[in-house]
Amino acid sequence: MEPLRSAQKTDDRPVTSVRTRTGINDKWVGFFLLLPSLLAIAVFVYGFIGWTGYVSLSDWNSLLPRMNWVGLENYRALFQDFRFQSDLRNTLVFTLFFIAACLVTGLTLAVLLDRKLKGEHLFRNIFIFPMALSFIVTGVVWQWIFNPSTGVNLFLNKLGFEEPPVWYVDTRIIPGVEWGQIQFGIPLALIAVVIAAIWQMSGFTMAMYLAGLRAIPDEIREAARVDGAGEWQVFRKVILPLLRPITLSVMIIQGHISLKIFDLVVAMTGPGANFVTDVPGVYMFETTFRGNHYAQGAAIAILMLLMVSVLIIPYLVSSMRKEAD
Amino acid sequence: MKFKPGRIVTYLLLILAAAFFLTPVYVMVATSFKGLEEATLDRMWELPSSLNWESYAIAWEKLSPHLMNSLYLAIPATLFSALLGSINGYVLSKWRFRGSDLLFTLILFGMFIPYQSILIPMIRFLQEIQLYNSIPGLIFVHVIYGIPITTLIFRNFYAGIPDEILEAAQIDGNGILGIYRRIILPLSIPGFVVVGIWQFTQVWNEFLFAVTLTSTAQHPVMVALQNLSGSQIVQWNIQMAGALLAALPTLLIYVLLGRYFIRGLLAGSLKG
Repeated sequence: MEPLRSAQKTDDRPVTSVRTRTGINDKWVGFFLLLPSLLAIAVFVYGFIGWTGYVSLSDWNSLLPRMNWVGLENYRALFQDFRFQSDLRNTLVFTLFFIAACLVTGLTLAVLLDRKLKGEHLFRNIFIFPMALSFIVTGVVWQWIFNPSTGVNLFLNKLGFEEPPVWYVDTRIIPGVEWGQIQFGIPLALIAVVIAAIWQMSGFTMAMYLAGLRAIPDEIREAARVDGAGEWQVFRKVILPLLRPITLSVMIIQGHISLKIFDLVVAMTGPGANFVTDVPGVYMFETTFRGNHYAQGAAIAILMLLMVSVLIIPYLVSSMRKEAD
Repeated sequence: MKFKPGRIVTYLLLILAAAFFLTPVYVMVATSFKGLEEATLDRMWELPSSLNWESYAIAWEKLSPHLMNSLYLAIPATLFSALLGSINGYVLSKWRFRGSDLLFTLILFGMFIPYQSILIPMIRFLQEIQLYNSIPGLIFVHVIYGIPITTLIFRNFYAGIPDEILEAAQIDGNGILGIYRRIILPLSIPGFVVVGIWQFTQVWNEFLFAVTLTSTAQHPVMVALQNLSGSQIVQWNIQMAGALLAALPTLLIYVLLGRYFIRGLLAGSLKG
């Protein structure tokens, strides 16, 4: 466990800088060393985002770049679009299920592992290895496991289920309340994709929680036990509150991954019938690079960026503030 | 060793979880060794009757040029972005100036953006500088968007190096560059290992840039794998062999250098 712990410690240590004898020159040299990266980020992150924003306000919806100003027309069209409405529903459902499942799975595995077991190392490695794989590989393999006429369904057949679920080809949406043009609810097809995503990413949550659990001194648990708290109470009243910052980090990191999810869906299902497994990332890709609707694609991209920013910016600002203290 | 019922339940749960995590591996490996007539839907879970290497031969024939593309892509991209990250991390942790924390946060934001939001201008830009549909073009892109994460990891890493060492070197007459070359760089090997593994894995596994910025012959392996599974008749044994071939480099790294991989993982998560 040493690596996890040391990474943790390094992270928590306040950053200091060389104070004595700092030549004015050295500070300038330092700035110039940063300059190439700063310029690159300024141009290729912020400048290009601005450029994409500009494209999203134009009518460049063919192969030839044609930039007539149409204002928010592309955005208006998107929000009235059946496919994009489906995407927003899918993203919401996917994100909620994915984060909740990663938190529960990751915390459970971490708690189980945090008991000085034999073979801890092996189990830990098994739970994390999917992180080393690409979403494409994950998608290709899970596509077969959830193939309606084989895979898990062979098991379910043996267990006596006459009509097992058809997984990612299911078009039902539960409960399916009319909302705008779409049925609002949980698209059943998405469950298979969420399970594959959990398989890939919950090991990360486990690693974070395990590092967190190992950083809690035993004395704190002991003190609670001496005060007469049972194991469950120690966990709920002492350990869980101490793990809150980790839970927050996990939610933000897994959340931004699920808002951007693309490769896994491409490899596993694509948009799906009636767009039951479509997500903005896939829509943006298809509309821009298959349909040459650049302005519309740019508008989807900007909306994806806004969704991620709502999650990420407060987090970045607060961690910058914390560091300044 | 004491046997408590709690322990047994713990082990049972862990074994169950491990089975879930390993199932896709079993499916992938077992299927890849089957011949075409054996890799059928109803016999999916069975072990292959004999080790049939044919699917690997076919998958290798289709994927090997793209595996090479990925290699030519991932190695330079990793090296360049690690080098930039090391310099940035050094300045931002040891030579902080007014506004450097803000600049760092602005750099960091680049790590979280959906790359769709810069893709259209990037295509135009790469066409303009004649790097569209080329591995050097992809290297460029990965170096640029690797800056945030490599800077973050190195900054955290250098924060663990005591300032006293730097001060002593300063008294000996070293400036910012001398300290970097004589003190920091030699101490950076573990940092480079973590960043190198992390970046290599990321670049190797990346799909969106790969599929939009290159076409056929230049495709890195993940795009070729995706095309393999999207093609006419689905031959599961070849697909699974292909998936395994494409996954092998990062899996090997994980098996051999797993603890550095996890360190990078956690360092990438800001403040755990």
